[in-house]
Amino acid sequence: MADNKQVNVGRGKAVEHAKDPKAALRFLWRYLSRFKVLLLFALLLTIGGNTLALVGPELSGRAIDAIKGKGMVDFETVFRYAALMAVFYAVSAVLSYGLALLMRSITQKIVRQMRQDVFDKLMALPVSFFDTHMAGDIISRISYDIDVINTSLSTDVVQILASTVTIVGSFIMMVKISPILVLVMCVTIPASFMYTKKMTGITRPKFSIRSRRLGEMNGYVEETVGAQKVIQGYAGEPVYVERFGKINRTAADAYYDADYMNATIGPTVNMINNLSLCLVTIFGAFLYIIGSMTLGNVSSFVLYSRKFSGPINEAANIIGELQSALAAAERVNRILSEDNETADITDAYELKDVLGDVEVKDVQFGYVPEKLILKDFSLKAEAGKLIAVVGPTGAGKTTLINLLMRFYDPVSGEIRVDGHENKEITRESLRRSYAMVLQDTWVFGGTIFDNIAYCKKDATMDEVVAAAKAAHIHSFITHQPKGYDTVLTEDGVNISKGQKQLLTIARAMLLDARMLILDEATSNVDTRTEKQIQSAMERLMHGKTCFIIAHRLSTIEHADEIIVVDEGRIKEKGRHAELMAKRGAYYSLYAAQLE
Amino acid sequence: MKRAIKYLLVYKERLISGYTVKILGTVVELFIPWIMAKILDEVVPSVKTTKNYMPLALWGGLMVLLALAARFMNMFANRRAAWTSKEAVKTLRDDLFKKIMNLSGKQTDSFGIPSLVSRLTSDVYNIHGFFNVIQRIGVRAPLIITGGLIISATLDPVLTLTLVATLPFVFLIVFTISRKGVPLYTKVQTSVDEMVRVIREDISGIRVIKALSKEQFERGRFQGANDDTVKNELHAAGVMAASGPFISLSLNLGLVLVVIVGAYRINSGASLPGVIVAFLTYFTMILNAVITVNRIFINYSKASASADRVWAVMDSENDLKVTAEMKHSTNGHRIEFRNVSFTYGDPSEATDEKMVLKNISFTVEPDESLGIIGATGSGKTTILSLLMRYYDATKGEIYVDGRNVKEYELDELRRKFGAAFQNDVVFADTIEENISFGRDIPHRDIEKAAKAAQAYDFIMGKDGGFEHEATIKGSDLSGGQKQRLFISRALAGSPEILILDDSSSALDYKTDAEVRKAINADYAGSTMISVAQRISSVMKMDKIIVLDDGKMIGYGKHDELMENCEVYREIAATQLGSLA
Repeated sequence: MADNKQVNVGRGKAVEHAKDPKAALRFLWRYLSRFKVLLLFALLLTIGGNTLALVGPELSGRAIDAIKGKGMVDFETVFRYAALMAVFYAVSAVLSYGLALLMRSITQKIVRQMRQDVFDKLMALPVSFFDTHMAGDIISRISYDIDVINTSLSTDVVQILASTVTIVGSFIMMVKISPILVLVMCVTIPASFMYTKKMTGITRPKFSIRSRRLGEMNGYVEETVGAQKVIQGYAGEPVYVERFGKINRTAADAYYDADYMNATIGPTVNMINNLSLCLVTIFGAFLYIIGSMTLGNVSSFVLYSRKFSGPINEAANIIGELQSALAAAERVNRILSEDNETADITDAYELKDVLGDVEVKDVQFGYVPEKLILKDFSLKAEAGKLIAVVGPTGAGKTTLINLLMRFYDPVSGEIRVDGHENKEITRESLRRSYAMVLQDTWVFGGTIFDNIAYCKKDATMDEVVAAAKAAHIHSFITHQPKGYDTVLTEDGVNISKGQKQLLTIARAMLLDARMLILDEATSNVDTRTEKQIQSAMERLMHGKTCFIIAHRLSTIEHADEIIVVDEGRIKEKGRHAELMAKRGAYYSLYAAQLE
Repeated sequence: MKRAIKYLLVYKERLISGYTVKILGTVVELFIPWIMAKILDEVVPSVKTTKNYMPLALWGGLMVLLALAARFMNMFANRRAAWTSKEAVKTLRDDLFKKIMNLSGKQTDSFGIPSLVSRLTSDVYNIHGFFNVIQRIGVRAPLIITGGLIISATLDPVLTLTLVATLPFVFLIVFTISRKGVPLYTKVQTSVDEMVRVIREDISGIRVIKALSKEQFERGRFQGANDDTVKNELHAAGVMAASGPFISLSLNLGLVLVVIVGAYRINSGASLPGVIVAFLTYFTMILNAVITVNRIFINYSKASASADRVWAVMDSENDLKVTAEMKHSTNGHRIEFRNVSFTYGDPSEATDEKMVLKNISFTVEPDESLGIIGATGSGKTTILSLLMRYYDATKGEIYVDGRNVKEYELDELRRKFGAAFQNDVVFADTIEENISFGRDIPHRDIEKAAKAAQAYDFIMGKDGGFEHEATIKGSDLSGGQKQRLFISRALAGSPEILILDDSSSALDYKTDAEVRKAINADYAGSTMISVAQRISSVMKMDKIIVLDDGKMIGYGKHDELMENCEVYREIAATQLGSLA
């Protein structure tokens, strides 16, 4: 059991090298420094509050001074000071309430900004980031990690600020009373600091691991809870519960690991302080005995040194929280320092009045450079032409779209729109010139109206209804309890995959773009509905350069050019009739429809 | 919250030993200043006269010993506390995860996945925080309060009573505010759910968002959720921040009272001035301890709000109950639907018109296969959801192998199936594991399934073959590759009933045909149910159901339907086109 582990405090094992702790601090400071004025104000309030804290005992002392003994009480003075005390405590309560509110509002502002920054960053990251980072882990950074920072900033920082005042104050008093006795502190204070420094060095990586494990667990939770229905379908609940148990165990142990080491810091610093008290007492006693100090001075010195060590003890006890906050800051900072999508080149061309000429020239591409998905890929789509891309699954069709939309850049070769190379065009204007309906539909948590009007800011109800009618989804919508105001959710049950596709088609109809990409846009739509929306689809495609990926070859028979792709290379190209006559790859794909 | 604490109480012995050591440590630490006072007040003056240093060395040595002892005791107690909290929280999280895995479709829909995820994560963290706090500072503060009160009572009982008189106010503040805190923190957590939802959605839709250059819009959407959360957090924090200062205020006013009452008592000779001075020292100690207790209560309201959310899930009763054997249920069919109607909404509000499925009846024999075809949204997938009992039929009964589906233990029922779903999931794990999916399936069978699903070649083409690690959500696989993986998964267990829910929509026709051929040859023992848009996927089935708006408008073989089902003929005509 972990509890019986050897206590090896000072002997740090070969610890994983700590990440730059200063980076996390700098990161926090970047946010804190935006509120310099407010923070200064908070600091003043703290100093004020702490100074007032010294006035209280002073007032009560005076009141007590007026109470001399039996029959000798000066009631007038007692009442005067009692009244003053009441007033003063009321003021001090209001002050500290104000300080608490101020600190909370500062931290909330910081937290709000931090969350927004991370989210904005997510929007700026390249698509590949999301292929390598678990959604749950990302969520955990925005929610849990930032929350840890939040708690730490709003309570710990105030506490540390408040203690600084007390520490400095009592240190000055001690020096005044006896500089020689302060020498004792010259041993113990550095000892505390060195110990704390050493221990935080040891625990820091443990706190980093803790945050990472929690993030991993969240990633797993998100993945499995999202797949709950599938898991149930295979009666896999017990197995996944057991696996979660293991991940949970790792996370819980990592959590404890950090706590375990951290548990020594508070008590040890306490001990050093207590030892320092012992030394002060004994040396003080000695100084008194040899006659170089009065007993009263020794007593006050001891009292101040207790005051001095109190906040240090408390600070040592919250070091764990600070460490968690730093580890969290590190994780948040790491997302923020990921590379964005490569920026547009300077003087990037803004695509305007697009004609729709698209040319792909000698493109080589692989998601990992060693493994090419597209090889020597070239095609030319003149404005308004319909290009169909067919071929077995995994041949690289979707990859082509990733390149056209510039989610990725080709390894070599170039893609041009209206004669401008993709890389020289602003990303936004490039993407805006395409409308796209993908196989993997996406609806977001919002009304059906919002989902259809997604890419047209000021779409009217009439436009939306017209698009929905054309996409043959209008009657389904009107059957919903709230019609166009029905709220959809991503995992919603009331809408089938085919209906989502129709919704996405309606969405694309509202987008005025010169190029259109249909990637298996109707794969889950039944053929009758597909037929019914055909005229609308034709209108949608009319005058646009269209790239269609489809397996139901009947839908592309009329294409201007059919490109048959296999293993990243173009095998055949031509019109339907030509390719059928050739009796090659296209013909055999076509014939397979009847098998 | 009580029920969350039960998880902690499992470790009674450790809790007790931890608490005992913590109390001892606290007492030991409190002795240090006492010894110090003793040295300064008694030992030193006598040493000065006697010049005998022994007592000074002895008392000094004792102080050092106590300081060392306190360290080890506190360290031990803190570790115990950390250990019991993490163990309790681990069990709690395991239980919650298990419960979530076993929620019915309806329950999952009503909580929503983002909310379930945040209950399992951030809500449990809040409870963890509370467990830590009550163990680490939950002993010391009450101990100091009681100790302080006892000592001051020995000094002057009347003054102590004066001080005690303020305590009801203090507790009133603590309780009112911490009670107010619970709903406030519940609101915070709800808005966090909303924020998590937006992030989840946008991560899954990142391609669409980028394609439409809607990043700015999404930032705005997130900002809304973020602002809401911040507003709720500020509200909760603002209310909670009030308790500390006002508790200090009422205690301090109590102190003013003590001074006044003390003045009268001393004037009448009932007490001495020195007593009041000592009283003040203890008072400060008590005040600090009460403030600490207050912190515990703030933590409590946060954790309590979270515990309520956790137990809302834990308490959701299993709504797919297994019923005892029912009469007249045995019949010989592998599958039978008898007058089944269904609505996802409230059954009392749904008219027959609004049902998703309307009066569905059919049977399938073990050696038969069934195809289901119909318009988008006609209820095809819903039939499968009812068959596998994700939901219970609103009306009518469903039988599998002669038994009502309600009579099966859920896992017993579902083990009969192998299903490739429309919204199936690839895990960030090896291909092998994605196919075996937690079942103990020998590699031989996995390979066989992959071959039948025409997935073998592309799998072997990946680095590491079956050991290839799929990326998150299978982003390195094409749509068709994913579908073939799902079909492999469905086949690998050689299920009694194989379900393919439109699972070849991304396959080219040739591959699709090869998959069907291989399944017929290698998995002849499975009863196949296939939902499809493609007529070629169902035309060779023994029975075909044509669905339209939840109604069965055709039921029979291909040839029969070609003759008597208008809609089916139309579908066939559009798809088979010139080659029909």
